[in-house]
Amino acid sequence: MTSWIEIGALDDIPRLGSRVVRTPGGNIAVFRTESDEVFALDDRCPHKGGPLSQGIVHNKRVTCPLHNFVIELASGQAVAPDEGCTHTHPAKVENGVVWLSVRQAAAVS
Amino acid sequence: MLDKVTKQKLVVIGNGMAGIRTVEALLERAPDLYDITVFGSEPYGNYNRILLSPVLAGEKTVDDIMLNTVDWYEDNNITLRKGETIAMIDRRTCEVVTDAGDRVPYDRLLIATGSNPIMLPLPGKDLPGVIGFRDIYDVDRMIKASTDYRNAVVIGGGLLGLEAANGLMKRGMNVTVVHLLDTLMERQLDPVAGGLLRKSLEERGMVFKMPAQTQAILGEDRVTGVRFGDGTELAADLVVMAVGIRPNFELAKKAGLYCERGIVVSDTMQTYDGRIYAVGECVQHRRQTYGLVAPLFDQAKVCANHLAMKGFATYDGSVTSTKLKVTGIDLFSAGDFAPGPDKEEIVLQDANRGVYKRIILKDKKIVGAVLYGDTIDGPWYFQHLRDGTDVSHMRERLVFGAANLGDGGVSGQNSVAAMSDETEICGCNGVCKGAIVKAISEKKLFTLDDVRAHTKASSSCGSCTGLVEQVLAFTLGGDYSAAPKVKPLCKCTDHSHDDVRRVIVEQQLKTIPAVMRFMEWKTLNGCHSCRPALNYYLLATWPGEYRDDQQSRFINERVHANIQKDGTYSVVPRMWGGVTTPGELRAIADVAEKFNIPTVKVTGGQRIDLLGVKKEDLPAVWADLNDAGMVSGHAYAKGLRTVKTCVGSEWCRFGTQDSTGLGVKLEKFMWGSWTPAKVKLGVSGCPRNCAEATCKDVGVVCVDSGYEIHFAGAAGLHIKGTEFLTKVETEDETLEVIVALTQLYREEGWYLERMYKWCDRVGLEQIRKRVVDDVANRKALFARFAHSQQFAQTDPWAERASRGVDRNEFAPLAELELA
Repeated sequence: MTSWIEIGALDDIPRLGSRVVRTPGGNIAVFRTESDEVFALDDRCPHKGGPLSQGIVHNKRVTCPLHNFVIELASGQAVAPDEGCTHTHPAKVENGVVWLSVRQAAAVS
Repeated sequence: MLDKVTKQKLVVIGNGMAGIRTVEALLERAPDLYDITVFGSEPYGNYNRILLSPVLAGEKTVDDIMLNTVDWYEDNNITLRKGETIAMIDRRTCEVVTDAGDRVPYDRLLIATGSNPIMLPLPGKDLPGVIGFRDIYDVDRMIKASTDYRNAVVIGGGLLGLEAANGLMKRGMNVTVVHLLDTLMERQLDPVAGGLLRKSLEERGMVFKMPAQTQAILGEDRVTGVRFGDGTELAADLVVMAVGIRPNFELAKKAGLYCERGIVVSDTMQTYDGRIYAVGECVQHRRQTYGLVAPLFDQAKVCANHLAMKGFATYDGSVTSTKLKVTGIDLFSAGDFAPGPDKEEIVLQDANRGVYKRIILKDKKIVGAVLYGDTIDGPWYFQHLRDGTDVSHMRERLVFGAANLGDGGVSGQNSVAAMSDETEICGCNGVCKGAIVKAISEKKLFTLDDVRAHTKASSSCGSCTGLVEQVLAFTLGGDYSAAPKVKPLCKCTDHSHDDVRRVIVEQQLKTIPAVMRFMEWKTLNGCHSCRPALNYYLLATWPGEYRDDQQSRFINERVHANIQKDGTYSVVPRMWGGVTTPGELRAIADVAEKFNIPTVKVTGGQRIDLLGVKKEDLPAVWADLNDAGMVSGHAYAKGLRTVKTCVGSEWCRFGTQDSTGLGVKLEKFMWGSWTPAKVKLGVSGCPRNCAEATCKDVGVVCVDSGYEIHFAGAAGLHIKGTEFLTKVETEDETLEVIVALTQLYREEGWYLERMYKWCDRVGLEQIRKRVVDDVANRKALFARFAHSQQFAQTDPWAERASRGVDRNEFAPLAELELA
């Protein structure tokens, strides 16, 4: 069963930007697109572990700040011809509030 | 997906490189628009015709040179009718008719029938054993002949003839090349280079008879010899005619399409019948026909764009370059090298090394180049030729090539053919030659961009670009990758940097979305390349008015620190002119201890770098540094970085002026300004130049009588001494000139283009005219810089440390705990 956790207000994430959610399993980057969709991915580029949350967001993609790998926000897949995949997490917006579903994590501190 | 029935029908006549490249480009742009049928007379898929020579020479197999196998057509829902020839185009009913009488309707028709070898109308030309050199069938016949016979005569000492001769020689035949003129490859080479080539081919065993006119081909059942104009005869079991090619436009002409020396097409590759397009060697565009591969790729792109109903691209013609594909012979030629009264030549000839270079200039620009023996700089000359660069400032070193201008990177290698597969080509990404060759052949790569995307070679610092281009040419047998004359800003647009900058001003565009809308950006939100560029252009054009878009900034400029490989940051406070105080040093030491900063390092720009700072600590680190009077050093910025100084007349026994004081003054005036790429300054107090000012973007060398101002130096990827701009007498004039120069660069430079590249592109004289000679313009530039500084000189650290700017940036959104 998916359990949803409230992580903050949509407005706290800049459009075409990202914020980090800390979890015991590592950081999760939560992205907001221009049309206010949100996506959550492990904050690690499949290439050399760069923090994707610090990258430039364009359409539904983010460019890793370390070596310009481009990652699809929806699937976590690197855009061809690069290869690799970052783990994604379910995320949604309801009434301006962002919800995240993460295995093993439950409470907001 | 659209139903097959409702789709428009595109019929392609010709299954060669031009036609199929157009289809590939069309599929990229509009995969479902057409129901495509391709007719090809040859019983194969599409292959790389240029590599027939290596197949003949036994260096490659037919499989190696296949570009699109039969499976590819199936995978892309293309009907391939190989081995079928089109006999007629019925324009009235919009149908093509095969030689078997089958009628196939079209909505759009693409003619890509290529060319035919010219067969001289000699007596005996139809004898068995007399062939052209055009397709796999010809190659097969030559290979067969080489096993059964001994003596071959090749008529034609051009590119194709020599490659055929070389192949036959490798197959063990005795080969004589007959050429009408006294220079080999006279369309590509001058007599000197032609002579060098002849010598080296003779050393390999090739025999030449030139100048000589062939009068008849002798024999009864099969060719037995050749007779020349002077009455002499030569025995031959095989005669290859390689005197040239002729556009194959019979079919088009019969259909009533207007033809001259080829099928006449418009800039959108359309014939006089708008439904019918033509590309490749069969066309004539602006009075030109082309027999090389690079133009055909340009044409394919434009044609595909139009077929995809994105009708903005036009074909403006091509400048071409040639390489001879004879292993072990390096030869490159491009442009126009016939002597003329308005042309100047630079020639380097080193007979012992077997090197010959001839560069032809006209109006300060390269118009032609012939290289023999050392062709590493071929693509570099070609680039300048296509770009029409003013090369007058590098004229005296031009002939020595890019490496000697500090423009050729650091590898020192100059011939990829001689390299082993393990030789590292791209030092940044550790890519060796073998990996590039493998990617090119396995993944069918054709352009530099393709290679960059697939292998990462040349995608970081770019200093190996020339080598990668050579590997491409070497592997594909031709130069496919020459960048377009006008480079688009990035893949999201077809507009150039200059176009974008101009339109921003003309149309008063003041936001990134407004620019993207007006200029019809191809992507939503652009990408990591164009957004920072647009943000800079808007900022530089509308100071005080444009609101800096933080989400279009690279992370370093967004958080005013440099990201490190582990996701931590480095912090560099400004040290004006490299001068610090005990108080500042104490504060830096305290900060380093308080925040457990693991590394404290002195930088090359006379400052101190604190490395390994956690992102969430940044505001507090800055607050402490601010308290001690320090501000951001912008060590992360495409903007003013450091002003390096020596101690000058205040302490030094040789100092002629107060270089330290002048450096501080420059830095205080210019800090905070954004520029197309980073800007580093240096001020030396005497010509001993301890501040190394003559390899900076802008450098001042103090002398007893004043200040020499230099600029456009570099000491990183490329090593380049500065150009002398002017000499002035006072500090104030020095400041005025440097500020005006920087402002001109801010207004005209392309994003990420360093000052020395800008100077290369625009020309030193142009810049000097506007910054030094035109005093009114200098003062206007200075005033614009000063105006813009009002809005730029706010310490970004203080804003974030104590005024709450971008608070969200530095804190996590939430912290989750285990259940």
